[in-house]
Amino acid sequence: MTAFTGTLPLVRVALRRDRIQLGLWVLALAGLMTMSANGFVGLYDTQQKLEETVAILAENPVMRAMGLASGANVGALVMLRALPIVAILATLMSAMAVVRHTRQNEETRRAELIGSAVVGRHAALGAALILVAGANIVLALLVAGGLMLNGLGVQGALAAGAAVGATGISFAGVAAVTVQVSERSRGATGLAAIAVGGAFLLSAAGNVLGSASPSGFVVHSAWPAWLSPIGWAQQMRPFGGDHWWVLGLFAVWSAATVVIAFALERRRDLGRGMVPERRGPARAPNALLSPLGLAWRLHRGVLLAWAVGVTVFGATFGAVSGAYEDIIAENPDAAEVFARVGGTEEPTEAFLATIIGLMATVIAAYTVPALLRLRAEEADGLLEPLLATSVGRASWMLSHVTVVVLGTVVLLLLTGVSTGLLAGLAADDVTGLLRSLTAAALVQTSAVLLLGGVVLAAFGLAPRFAGPIAWAAFAVALVAGPMVGGLVDLPRAVLDLSPFTHVPVIPAEPFEAAPVAVLLAVAVLLGAAGLVAFRRRDLVLQAGEGGPHPFALRGLRRPPGEGVAEPLPGA
Amino acid sequence: MLNAIAASNLVKTFGATRALDHFDLAVEAGEVHGFLGPNGAGKSTTIRILLGLLRCDDGDVSLFGGDPWRDAVALHRRLAYVPDDVRLWENLSGGEVIDLLGRLRGGLDARRRAELIERYQLDPTKKCGIYSKGNRQKVALVAAFASDVELYIMDEPTGGLDPLMVSVFRDCVREARAAGRTVLLSSHVFADVEALCDRISIIRDGRNVESGALSDLRHLARTAITVETERPLTGLESLPGVRIIALDRQRAELQVQPDELDRVLRHLTGFGVRALTSAPPSLEEMFMRHYDTSGEASANAARAPQDEAVAG
Ligand SMILES: Nc1ncnc2c1ncn2[C@@H]1O[C@H](COP(=O)(O)OP(=O)(O)O)[C@@H](O)[C@H]1O
Ligand SMILES: [Mg+2]
Repeated sequence: MTAFTGTLPLVRVALRRDRIQLGLWVLALAGLMTMSANGFVGLYDTQQKLEETVAILAENPVMRAMGLASGANVGALVMLRALPIVAILATLMSAMAVVRHTRQNEETRRAELIGSAVVGRHAALGAALILVAGANIVLALLVAGGLMLNGLGVQGALAAGAAVGATGISFAGVAAVTVQVSERSRGATGLAAIAVGGAFLLSAAGNVLGSASPSGFVVHSAWPAWLSPIGWAQQMRPFGGDHWWVLGLFAVWSAATVVIAFALERRRDLGRGMVPERRGPARAPNALLSPLGLAWRLHRGVLLAWAVGVTVFGATFGAVSGAYEDIIAENPDAAEVFARVGGTEEPTEAFLATIIGLMATVIAAYTVPALLRLRAEEADGLLEPLLATSVGRASWMLSHVTVVVLGTVVLLLLTGVSTGLLAGLAADDVTGLLRSLTAAALVQTSAVLLLGGVVLAAFGLAPRFAGPIAWAAFAVALVAGPMVGGLVDLPRAVLDLSPFTHVPVIPAEPFEAAPVAVLLAVAVLLGAAGLVAFRRRDLVLQAGEGGPHPFALRGLRRPPGEGVAEPLPGA
Repeated sequence: MLNAIAASNLVKTFGATRALDHFDLAVEAGEVHGFLGPNGAGKSTTIRILLGLLRCDDGDVSLFGGDPWRDAVALHRRLAYVPDDVRLWENLSGGEVIDLLGRLRGGLDARRRAELIERYQLDPTKKCGIYSKGNRQKVALVAAFASDVELYIMDEPTGGLDPLMVSVFRDCVREARAAGRTVLLSSHVFADVEALCDRISIIRDGRNVESGALSDLRHLARTAITVETERPLTGLESLPGVRIIALDRQRAELQVQPDELDRVLRHLTGFGVRALTSAPPSLEEMFMRHYDTSGEASANAARAPQDEAVAG
């Protein structure tokens, strides 16, 4: 028996277990790229429009952070706008899948069972990597196919697919290392997410610090972009030269991370990470000993990280808003982009309103998963012993909701205050901007909480599908919202689907109570529906996922022909 | 006597699976009640209904005379639950979880808590994310036994414990009974049930197949006999209350109902007994009998290989 014995059977098990989740990820990502391409192809029907837009996006340092300009053609524009986001999502898909099939397996002790059968030490990780590499190859082909369907060139489409798939695979390697380093799956996922964030920041910094070519349609990035796989994906420049040789960098990176991961795995015992976990107190502080205390404890770490993040982000954009006026003055086209989103011709106001709106959308990415924690606690079997104490269902659910709703409000408040303060200092109008931007941020609470209401309703009414429903709602709110849909001229009926469309854009527009009140009322109704449904339904444990239903084991031992029911699909 | 738990005619289906099929369970106050059944039989489902975590499709269920679904919060102050495969919050320490569960149940006895942590050799400063399954189980057990409650509901509580800890656990159950507490102990480990329980209920495929005092049920169980004779054995098939496990001319393995023992021995001596061993009925055998589909002496007997039948 070698260290890799049993890898292929494990690939089959993993594929069976994950075919739906991974399949949905792949389809959603390919769909996102295809839809973006479709939108841009329709919108940019003349060379003149293309050149205007690309010139703005190449010239403007803030916009450069979001994507790399490689030429004045539709394909290159699609890459500029959509490649970074699709590549980042592919890294998250890959990292999470690797963690799922290694660390999480160990935590649920499945690995010990498998470990005692005929599988080698490296089989689980090997299987996870093969599975994820396969998923990325399928994703690459679908992305390429989707772009070709939109009439874009074959060469460029293949390069784009390769760029997405290679970025995903390179972060499967990163996750393979982080699962060796951290003792727990959440820690391993967190480390991988930090790596993704760092890689994005490097690529963004490289682009911002780069320079536009004389034509004005191509940006040459500075060196930091070359330190990051997300930077490399952009440097492949699909539809802008197709630099296939960059795949070599991905290959070296992926091989190196995988080799390191296997070397580390040889050195550690099953179930033990390399960084030892900190110890905790032997007695609980009184503050923990209530449903609310527990909810706060479970949410506070993530909330704190977000609070720091939004404050830094807001302050940065507030500070640059002064300089922004000068850039805009020379670039009327960019001004138009902000005017459309920001709702006013006045450049600084438009810029700041855009930033606040963008941040609110981003903060929804705190609220949605934080509320999905309800479902995670239920599915993981953590809720069961809790509800067997004198904690009622409503009090448990409302504890989490209270923490997350207040957390959301605080994050938006911090956004408004930090942006307003720094912008105020830059413009010598602290009281005015602090007030207006704080108000601008706070009215966005209504839209974010509406998404929260959708999560709660899904949790109560359709617990098994709460995750997909919640993220689908988030995607709709994002795509149909002013940040994306508003820029690409989606029809009004589509834009109306996003709660963010209905929030008054302060300071450009006056505050209007009606839409905010309606959004909040719908949020409360959805949340109440979720609560009522949850109080009436069965607890739904995640059968077969390491919860209290070890079907795999049961299936092995059940004598054939016995009348015991079949295991659940996916078990 | 007053029943702490009374359930009758429970029906619960999950999609196409009928997890409970007109199941009955009665647990008297002050007894240790063994709840035996192979995996997938419906033990955890029953317990979740008793705790108001699941709602039964049909049937009546009462806990301390109350409705476990409607009065869940009030009833739960009077009981402690140890789930099958305990899962805990990764970044809370074991000690914190013990205090948390204790407080939410209505309070812990601090001295008892310290004593139990000592007896179970638990390190309460470790984070739950790195506890093994056995250690998580110990956390739940300490939290349960340190709570001053009337009823303990435990779902396969010894699954992850080593033999030393199993004996600590048994002591705890005995102490609880001595203090007049009621225990519902779901298990597929016969030894635990045999050692601890006053009465047992056996569940299979969601149906109640046997319940009663352990001593009464033992009476029903068959004695295992292995016999070697001088002349080939005949006529065994026609004897009532005999189950033929193996028959090879002059050698037979039989399981015999207690009330037929005398008649069977008489029959055997007619062939000239050369060797004979007999073993008393164990709970394990009773269990296997119910696990086997036929449950009767028949050609089906060979279909329940012993190791599979007991595997849990
Ligand atoms: N949430 C569920 N969804 C579908 N089937 C379930 C669920 N919970 C239990 N079952 C099924 O009900 C039956 C009884 O399960 P369970 O009560 O867990 O058995 P035990 O605890 O005796 O091992 C099994 O066949 C199991 O597959
Ligand atoms: Mg069970």
